[in-house]
Amino acid sequence: MRPHNIGLLILAGILAALPLVLPNSFYYDIVIRMAINAVVALGLNLLIGYAGQISLGHAGFFGIGAYATAILTTHFGWHPLQALLAGALGAAALAALLARPIFRLRGHYLAMATLGLGILIAMVLKNEAEYTGGPDGMAVVPMSLFGFQIDGEKQWYWFFSANLLISIWACRNLIDSPFGRALRALHGCEVAAQVAGVDVARYKAIIFVFSAFFASIMGSLTAHYVGFVTPNVADFFYSIELVTMVVVGGMASIFGSVVGAALLTALPQALATLEGWETVAFGLILMLFMVFLPSGLVPTIATRFGRRG
Amino acid sequence: MALLEVCGLTKSFSGVMAVQDVDFSVEPGMVFSVIGPNGAGKTTLFNLITGIYQPNRGEIRLDGEIITGLAPHHLAQKGMARTFQNLQVCMNLSALENVMLGAHLTLDRNLFKGMFHLPAVRRADESLREWARALMRFVGLEAYIARPASALPYGALKRLEIARALAAKPRILFLDEPAAGLNPKETAQIDALVKELANRQTTVVLVEHDMKMVMNISDRILVLNYGKKLIEGTAPEVRRNPDVIAAYLGKAA
Repeated sequence: MRPHNIGLLILAGILAALPLVLPNSFYYDIVIRMAINAVVALGLNLLIGYAGQISLGHAGFFGIGAYATAILTTHFGWHPLQALLAGALGAAALAALLARPIFRLRGHYLAMATLGLGILIAMVLKNEAEYTGGPDGMAVVPMSLFGFQIDGEKQWYWFFSANLLISIWACRNLIDSPFGRALRALHGCEVAAQVAGVDVARYKAIIFVFSAFFASIMGSLTAHYVGFVTPNVADFFYSIELVTMVVVGGMASIFGSVVGAALLTALPQALATLEGWETVAFGLILMLFMVFLPSGLVPTIATRFGRRG
Repeated sequence: MALLEVCGLTKSFSGVMAVQDVDFSVEPGMVFSVIGPNGAGKTTLFNLITGIYQPNRGEIRLDGEIITGLAPHHLAQKGMARTFQNLQVCMNLSALENVMLGAHLTLDRNLFKGMFHLPAVRRADESLREWARALMRFVGLEAYIARPASALPYGALKRLEIARALAAKPRILFLDEPAAGLNPKETAQIDALVKELANRQTTVVLVEHDMKMVMNISDRILVLNYGKKLIEGTAPEVRRNPDVIAAYLGKAA
């Protein structure tokens, strides 16, 4: 059996066993948010870790999904699935439109362009109050799938657990496929990829669009789960948090994204007892991670135990 | 008809003529070598033909079709493959994956098919993996099949590039100084490898400094000096030519 299948089984086991020890809905909520962040970070890791491109505006795509769901179901009476799909296609279309000009840029410039994009989306959500409710946000109808309504933490827990496992499986396959190999190759050596026939600009664009699509779907699902959206979902700080999850967990590591997301979601809660000092402690811990584990948690551990992450 | 025709190819870098009015043609199945003193424009010529640089003037035809100025990935589609003098290897991939990358265009690259692990895609990739292993054995890298590319020594990486280029099943293969920086034993191995390619009727365009190797295996040789064509001919013709001797050794006073 391939090593990542073992990892997937272990994670499935943990997710199946967790409800036995989770004491109340507060803890369910934390684990659910971990799973949501893990999936978004996974999509972002395809772009950052595997293809070697940065995006500092990914919360923007998450926000597009969240608000597409909120607005289309509330104001226009669309079915949640239709709204989810429309949001994802919208986010993908926006990403595709911007990909060509954006990916002419590299390094810092690419970071600035995606940063600007994320901030723009957040501003639109805040200012178009007629539809979005402005800074106060708006309520979202519950999610229903084929006549069955997802309700309560437990149902959502199983839903997002399955969602996470399927996403890991799909991303892993993608990375091992010819497409994924080309993607990793252009990160490792662009010239080598080109002479092997990889249309480098096109591959960067495709994975950018794909990770935007991914983020938007998760935005839609999250909006249904929380039952309420505010412009904060598209906030710049959430974009940075997502990048941090990828980097702390480990670039180009599937389980790195999961561990990074779990850590960064749990840490603020764990530090809440420090009263006023939690932000300082949070920053300090992240700095220590970067100093002592620069290649990320999971890859470092994997090398130490002589296995690939 | 010639497989590759180059006509009046010219490239200048801020006024310096790196390649000037170079013409030549390569017949199918031939080993065609480009030699010349350091800085003669050999690698620039390669980079022009393989789409890394854009020429200022001139025309390149592959099998009669104009391919001047096409991007490298388009040229790969048309059957061109190359290696680099200064290595271009994906150090984040395994050695085997680098070879498999060479066959990129022969595979179904669809993102969704790959994501859902469709049996057809998986099977094609498996048989490619098998073939890439065979190629690594062919270039003498059997010992490194399971290693990451970053674990390979310099001489092995040179051969890994050749295996990657061969994985594309190219119609024409460009080798840019495959023996540069290698010790005599490794040079002899590369020598044997290029000879084996020639025996298999692969069309090879070779840039090389090792004269013994060049004289041994080339059907025709193009000599460049200061970006211009000095002479083109068979090995004995080139060896006898006084201009070539002057370019390499300096003119007698």
